[in-house]
Amino acid sequence: MEFKMAQAAAEVPPKGGFSFDLCRRNEMLSNKGVPPPSFRKTGTTIVGLIFQDGVILGADTRATEGPIVCDKNCEKIHYMAPNIYCCGAGTAADTKAVTDMVSSQLQLHRYHTGRESRVVTALTLLKYHLFNYQGYFQAALVLGGVDANGPHLHTIYPHGSTDTLPLATMGSGSLAAMAVFESKYHEGLTKAEGINLVCEAICSGIFNDLGIGSNVDVCVITKGHKEYLRNHQLPNPRTYVNSKGFSFPKKTEVLLTRVTPLEEKVEVIEGGDAMEE
Amino acid sequence: MDSNQAKQHNLLGSEAASERTLYPYVTGSSVVAIKYKDGILMAADMGGSYGSTLRYKSVERVKPIGKHSILGASGEISDFQEILRSLDELILYDNMWDDGNSLGPKEVHSYLTRMMYNRRNKFNPLWNSLILGGVKNGQKYLGMVSMIGVNFEDNHVATGFGNHLARPILRDEWHENLSFEDGVKLLEKCMRVLLYRDRSAVNKLQIAKITEEGVTISQPYALKTFWGFAAFENPTVGAEGSW
Repeated sequence: MEFKMAQAAAEVPPKGGFSFDLCRRNEMLSNKGVPPPSFRKTGTTIVGLIFQDGVILGADTRATEGPIVCDKNCEKIHYMAPNIYCCGAGTAADTKAVTDMVSSQLQLHRYHTGRESRVVTALTLLKYHLFNYQGYFQAALVLGGVDANGPHLHTIYPHGSTDTLPLATMGSGSLAAMAVFESKYHEGLTKAEGINLVCEAICSGIFNDLGIGSNVDVCVITKGHKEYLRNHQLPNPRTYVNSKGFSFPKKTEVLLTRVTPLEEKVEVIEGGDAMEE
Repeated sequence: MDSNQAKQHNLLGSEAASERTLYPYVTGSSVVAIKYKDGILMAADMGGSYGSTLRYKSVERVKPIGKHSILGASGEISDFQEILRSLDELILYDNMWDDGNSLGPKEVHSYLTRMMYNRRNKFNPLWNSLILGGVKNGQKYLGMVSMIGVNFEDNHVATGFGNHLARPILRDEWHENLSFEDGVKLLEKCMRVLLYRDRSAVNKLQIAKITEEGVTISQPYALKTFWGFAAFENPTVGAEGSW
């Protein structure tokens, strides 16, 4: 009787989440002197702020692999929907994978319902996914957007809990950025003041934390409009010994430059009104 | 000879009677200090936490040392009291020389560094982060010593959580020749952020000032805080179900 039960249990496939089968083998390998590959992390400051008409998101651009800066100008503000953007801190692969996945799910949902995506939809999809993986998915996110119910800003922690706040900071520089926010935030910020405050918070992270550096990216989302200000501030310019900088001899002439963004596509809406409810 | 060896055995081996500091019990949270035009300003709250309980609410964590210095400490309160006792002895012996010379902040800082580093080498640290500030002969001095003996001197220092929350603000907004009022405002700004964001902070603080003339430690007072942001009062309006 027991033998049969054991066999039946072995046949059921594992139900999702990570499989930890290789952990023992990994431990054995590292005991034998084979170091595990290091993760590309985004030791980061990401911030979000709700102002009068919408949401402002900000992020730095440094990606680290242990003690080395592996990408000096990476993008941490990810596209989710035309009216929703998400900043990600933690393991770079995890943040990119989860935001891409939820972005596709939102797109399908938009086709299905014929309406603009809501921020709480993205929030719930992200939350479910992260909770499912019990914190092993190391992505800490700041999700912001403007939908039919107004501007929203949420923070999502790697274990799946969320916060709904008017100001949010995540990442290793979150304390430095929060210090700036706490001392300078007031109600009724205008767009210019908001962008300024976000930049100051990121710069505070850049100059006071080692996992953060390079440039400041800002994304402003308002009703029906968004501005993605890539490299809005460059407080760490490259300095050259020669005051004239470098100049390479001319080789090939550039005749035409065309940049096609891969993530967003123009959507054709076949008439009908956008309903509020 | 035998008893010495037995004691050494105790230090390295048995769990039974540990005579080394392993963890702190009653702790003080951060201290923040800056140089200003006439001297040093140092602020610390008056809380002594016993783990996660706020046990003592009137602990003075900033004390004057001799004529020229003030010492602020975070970490284990009993170790701070022990340090005060050693420094008291040091100042006393210095006064007994009666030679018109007195120990200044640089000297006291050096003494503290040696003491902390020595204890750390014996694996029995004094579990404190100390800030030593003072003025002697017109020279302002502000230094810090950690529990493992790391020491340095700077225009603005902080311990504990203050390093993460207060120093970014100070790096941005500190400048030479701050007036007394501006210095106090800057310190209060830092202490307010700490109050909002450090769970072991108490809203009862003292600010100590030391100048060429002497030491003044203010009466304990509370900072004004603002919790009434409209957006915080109803954050999930429009996002029903989230929190």
